[in-house]
Amino acid sequence: MSIKANEVLDAKGLACPMPIVRTKKAIASLEPGQVIEVQATDKGSTADMKAWAEGTGHQYLGTVEEADVLKHYLRKASEAEAKEEIKHPHVMELADLRTKIEAGEAVALLDVREPAEYSFGHIPGAINIPLGELEERFEALDKDKAWHVICRSGNRSDLAAQKLTAKGFNKVTNVVPGMSTWDGAVEKDN
Amino acid sequence: MAKIMSTKELATKIVTGEATFILDVRNKDEFDNWKIEGGKVELLNEAYFNLLDGVDSITDKLPKDKDIIVVCAKGGSSEMIADMLEEAGFQNAYSLEGGMKAWSEHLEPVKIGDLKDGGSLYQFVRLGKGCLSYFIESNGEAAIIDTARMIDTYESFAAKKGLTIKHTIDTHLHADHISGGRRLAEKAGATYHLPPKDATEVTFDYTPVEEGNDITVGKTTVKVQPIYSPGHTIGSTSFIIDDTYLITGDILFVKSIGRPDLAGLAEDWVGDLRNTLYSKYKELSDDLIVLPAHYSFPEELGEGGRVAARLGDLYAKNSGLQVDDEDVFRKMVTENLPPQPNAYQEIRKTNMGKINPDLDEQKEMETGPNRCAVEG
Repeated sequence: MSIKANEVLDAKGLACPMPIVRTKKAIASLEPGQVIEVQATDKGSTADMKAWAEGTGHQYLGTVEEADVLKHYLRKASEAEAKEEIKHPHVMELADLRTKIEAGEAVALLDVREPAEYSFGHIPGAINIPLGELEERFEALDKDKAWHVICRSGNRSDLAAQKLTAKGFNKVTNVVPGMSTWDGAVEKDN
Repeated sequence: MAKIMSTKELATKIVTGEATFILDVRNKDEFDNWKIEGGKVELLNEAYFNLLDGVDSITDKLPKDKDIIVVCAKGGSSEMIADMLEEAGFQNAYSLEGGMKAWSEHLEPVKIGDLKDGGSLYQFVRLGKGCLSYFIESNGEAAIIDTARMIDTYESFAAKKGLTIKHTIDTHLHADHISGGRRLAEKAGATYHLPPKDATEVTFDYTPVEEGNDITVGKTTVKVQPIYSPGHTIGSTSFIIDDTYLITGDILFVKSIGRPDLAGLAEDWVGDLRNTLYSKYKELSDDLIVLPAHYSFPEELGEGGRVAARLGDLYAKNSGLQVDDEDVFRKMVTENLPPQPNAYQEIRKTNMGKINPDLDEQKEMETGPNRCAVEG
């Protein structure tokens, strides 16, 4: 599968600790919320990348193995998301969304995570427009539909819901918390 | 540049009971799964990736008065952290050469005793995995039981003593490590012995181990007497050496007993295991010294690194031998078993000759502890 990343780091052939040392350096120059693809051949790098990300607040999205190369995807921690204050007034619990979907209701679902996150697992039928691209791409969405916006934790989707409302969408609901606790059906791009 | 410590130097520290401080910089899961233990080892785990900005967070937990040995998976990260420690003023910091991968391969020979007719018996302790193999020498000849994959260690040991390796013997088809028995026999022109009931699927020729067919080492008769003792596997065979030592394979350990499930036939073999431990071994002399193929607990490592116990003492103390009720015993060895050894199915296939992984793959398959025991 092809997963979109803002930057690709080649750490192939490097033994531990170099893949993480290089990743740490490379991720420092990324914008918050951006995704890095780290290519490594050291088998131990998967577990270490995951544990390192957990400790630093960066988000480990997943690993894809292609031939002998491990491609690790990480999303840089984003402080802005954790700090926002104004909240979109209409929210829906994840469980209620699940009930709707499982009852076969047609739900207009917008997933505003990064394409890489979306690729590693999303709710079937969800449309992907990352928060950062919503400004340019919102016109592709039908304004009259009742949009349910989802992300990982409910923060980016809150910002997206506010943005859509400001653009004239009037039936926007933020789904909380988000994919981090979703245990219903998922679809993957691989 | 930080100092480097070899696996041999670390092994000596452990078997001689020298106070040793180990800073393991692998991630927590790997550390929890498998670590350096035994002797007077003190451990601290902090992953290298949490120390990239400096070692300040752990310096107050580190000793100044003894060696700090930094350990990682392969030796790269430990070198970086040892360098950082040295810069922080720890002149006593070392990096373990080759990391856990090399540690898993180190074999430490420990003398068990002299044989009646002049030979000797050695236990080769694989500290990194808890595997034990045995080297019998008598009158210029040698036999090795449960040979580990690293056959060069036995070859050089034999060469130094001017011995010809005549026999390699496996007590059973191993599931936790790759046997070096067949390869060493081929190289040395020796005979490879394997219990026939464990060899039904093997792809090579071997000499069947059978009760009544004693194996002789040297001109003097160091009798290696097989006793069919199924349970861990259907073919598991024990050996009495020199009427003094009982090589139990993976049937009976010092603090625990063998698990019957690694070939997927726990229910079928549990009765055999019970019969071997509660009837067959009971007919043997209490004074036999039990020499197992594994140890699982650091406290099983005795004086000088030896792992051994008197059979009579095990009947009094080993928790696996104190279960009178057969149903309780059955439950104990078939339920709530610890996780299986890493890659155990591939290891069994390799030992049958069905697959031929390259050396790197073999090393990878053998990472982790042996996990052949079940605690009573």
